[in-house]
Amino acid sequence: MTNNKNIQILLRPISEANPVTVLILGICSALAVTAKLKPAFVMAVSVTVVTALSNLIISLLRKGIPPKIRIIVQLVIVASLVILVDQVLKAFVYDVSKQLSVFVGLIITNCIVMGRLEAFAMANGPWESFLDGIGNGLGYGLILIIVAFFRELLGSGTLWGYQIIPQKLYDIGYMNNGLMILPPMALIIVGIIIWVKKTSVK
Amino acid sequence: MGLRAFLDKIKPAFEKGGKFEKLHSTFDAFETFLYVPDTVTENGSHIRDAVDMKRNMIFVMIALMPCFFFGIFNVGYQHFLSSGENVTFWHTVGYGLMKVIPMYLVSYIVGLAIEFIFAEVRHEQVNEGYFVTGFLIPLIMPPDIPLWMLAIAVAFAVIIGKEVFGGTGMNIVNPALLARAFLFFSYPSKMSGDDIWIADKPDAYSGATPLGELLNGSNVMESLNISDMFFGFMPGSVGETSKLAILTGGMFLILTQVISLRILLSVFAGAIIMSLTFNLIGSTPAMEVTFWQHFLIGGFLFGAFFMATDPVTAAQTNTGKIIYGFLVGAIAIMIRVINQAYPEGMMLSILLMNFFAPFIDYVVVNNNIRKRKRRLAKTERRSS
Repeated sequence: MTNNKNIQILLRPISEANPVTVLILGICSALAVTAKLKPAFVMAVSVTVVTALSNLIISLLRKGIPPKIRIIVQLVIVASLVILVDQVLKAFVYDVSKQLSVFVGLIITNCIVMGRLEAFAMANGPWESFLDGIGNGLGYGLILIIVAFFRELLGSGTLWGYQIIPQKLYDIGYMNNGLMILPPMALIIVGIIIWVKKTSVK
Repeated sequence: MGLRAFLDKIKPAFEKGGKFEKLHSTFDAFETFLYVPDTVTENGSHIRDAVDMKRNMIFVMIALMPCFFFGIFNVGYQHFLSSGENVTFWHTVGYGLMKVIPMYLVSYIVGLAIEFIFAEVRHEQVNEGYFVTGFLIPLIMPPDIPLWMLAIAVAFAVIIGKEVFGGTGMNIVNPALLARAFLFFSYPSKMSGDDIWIADKPDAYSGATPLGELLNGSNVMESLNISDMFFGFMPGSVGETSKLAILTGGMFLILTQVISLRILLSVFAGAIIMSLTFNLIGSTPAMEVTFWQHFLIGGFLFGAFFMATDPVTAAQTNTGKIIYGFLVGAIAIMIRVINQAYPEGMMLSILLMNFFAPFIDYVVVNNNIRKRKRRLAKTERRSS
């Protein structure tokens, strides 16, 4: 169940095979939801749940799916899971769900989800696929949270909605960086993360 | 002990295996700054020419001197004009120096520190490329910019604009303009034309920059006479108010062939054609601004002479230069007239075209290849 290989499956996507920094997948939502830490965290959890469960289900069904229509089958399962996640978010964290707006629905088109289904779940057992889904979701979430941390801290002076940068600093002339709120800065931060990673791993 | 002897004495410590091996690039930078390096190339044939990067850069610096000196004067002049004090010429210059020199210190200390660190880490030589960038950055900033903002902008421009792509000569966008664009989007309240750009202005005295006002339709041409705008006695960024100073420096660059006349002329052509087109439509006040008003106001001339012609970020092919320049001018006017939220269209249009310059070159080169192939096919057919 938890032998060395499975631990590798779980941990590899978090750093060395990270879906965002290595495969450059899921960038679109990484830019859109990372202006604040809270929505980024909720998004990370949602994607992890969807990736893990859809990987599990597809892996269970993989022998019965006709290859010609496999994309449709995958889409149906992913879409149903996303609707479930959307409903749960609306029920329990309504304000965050409002902030995330269309991007919850767009998890369906998140390349990480479909990518893992095609590349892993179609060829591996349910438990491994489930772990792979969790790992990829966490790898995606990690990047989201790093990006959101810097964007919220420097762009709004807050973290998780609480003011971090003291009022005194504003009084002597400090200002929030407006560019951090805009999506291009998220792309630049993702770029810097990739840069740091590539030079440190070498 | 002479300087040369001193350098020779401490040199071994910075060589491989020496005590300060890690600081080799720093030592090398200072040594080549003080003395012409005595190393010669070992293979291949080389053309010796006095025009090297160092001389090109120094020529640009010389060309910027009129803007620099007038900028210092104008910062003081605008300040005392708004406060209503009557002071001597030297007071004005003194005040300007007090504002401008700290900006230069910040620009050079932050920028060069980053350059040195990257050179050390990469075991490369320190390039002189930052000298011009660092000189340009304060010239295109409003005089009352807080110095910490300037420091962040310089760091961002040097790291993201230049070092990421491999340092001097490898950058895609103009780092000086990137610094300004960064501030423009990060701290819009400090950079956009809603607030007048005068150092330490009294609160009662407020208003938009001439560019902002002009595009809003108020008749700024009456309050500011043309000679003031031409000579630069108006609020604005440190170095770009005086058209006379820019033209003087620009002429020097044209005569020494440091900048490409092709780019320059096509920038003007693009701007003139675009503003004439808008004049024909003329449905909003901003569309009625004539092209010479566009040239006199804002950073258009400064951008055209010193930014659009940057040899690294502009297009390289001859046809490409014309297309690139034309689009820079046309888009600058288009942004100014149509998108009033971004009054300084010149900055945005040069940055945009910087990204397209490699593509323009690619298309021009491929087009040429295709044309020659067709010509070849035709002659072959004829001869056979």
